[in-house]
Amino acid sequence: MSTQSPAVLKPSREFVAGASATIPLLIGAAPFGIIFGTLAEPNGLSALGAVLMSVVVFAGASQFIALGLLAVGTSVPIIIATTFVLNFRHILYSANLVSKVKHLPHYWRAIMAFGLTDETFAAVNNRYLQLGNLKNAHWFYLGSFLAMYTNWIACTFIGLTLGNIFPEMQNWGLDFAMSVTFIGMVIPYLKNRPMIAAVIVAAALAVVSYELPHKLGLLLASFSGIAVGLSLMMLENRRQPVIEEPTS
Amino acid sequence: MNETLLISGMFAVTFSVRYVLFAVAGKVNFPTWLNKALEFVPPVVLMAIIAPSVSMPKGELWLSYTNPWLLAALVAVITAWVRKDLLTTIVVGMLAFAGLRFGLGL
Repeated sequence: MSTQSPAVLKPSREFVAGASATIPLLIGAAPFGIIFGTLAEPNGLSALGAVLMSVVVFAGASQFIALGLLAVGTSVPIIIATTFVLNFRHILYSANLVSKVKHLPHYWRAIMAFGLTDETFAAVNNRYLQLGNLKNAHWFYLGSFLAMYTNWIACTFIGLTLGNIFPEMQNWGLDFAMSVTFIGMVIPYLKNRPMIAAVIVAAALAVVSYELPHKLGLLLASFSGIAVGLSLMMLENRRQPVIEEPTS
Repeated sequence: MNETLLISGMFAVTFSVRYVLFAVAGKVNFPTWLNKALEFVPPVVLMAIIAPSVSMPKGELWLSYTNPWLLAALVAVITAWVRKDLLTTIVVGMLAFAGLRFGLGL
């Protein structure tokens, strides 16, 4: 990758670019937010609780799992522990971004941490891969985060309303929107054999270990996939030691 | 069930996981192998979420050509591979799913 002194965009340009890059991801997240809204009350979370959860917690998968656990009468500490395990993947994302935030003041880092989701990470990561310049990249991040955030809260409202009108909506399979969005995000990464192997291992183990408590299977599958991919990459590099690795 | 406790607890664990490394950024340096490992994170984590949700949409493994989640996911994979465009992938995948589930009644 060439780094020919990339132009510095103004904060407003970065912000708009971040929001626009996130628009396709909103389409995938919207049905997910709507179903969260429709499922809240039938599963025992009040309408106010559902909105507050979207505003304060802002973690799609965890909010879903919380509803599922509430429905079967799980205690609050267990739900919180499960949320922790499920969101532990974000530590991997944030580790990936550490070098991109270390020059920023702490209030910026806190805002960015709050807004760290699968989608914003993917959008921002593409931005970092394509444009090296970091100067105003945090505005790109903010644009992506606020697009996701407003969309998520609005969809929670829509879901609460629709859930009262069409109680059978939860059976429509709208959750597939998230899967298909994630597929569109994964495929572009599959450019070499270690990456493909890592993803296959993760997929197989995630299915096999699905029954593990507290969604631990997600972590097991992720760490195993990463370990396999990293090992293969090191083996290949050892075989061809002259190849210069692109600076990340 | 105390909703205030539930929501504040979920916020606390979610935010601390997201913030802890940002808080120490610049003070710690990761070894090279760890930086390499982190490059695998996005596709691996996403795939670990996708695989169960399309191959066991009703809680049990359902590897069959009558599973619309799995079939539509394959359509989405092929679309993403050919077109490399996120929006196209989402639209085609959702249409495939809708067609299989409501058109063919799978």
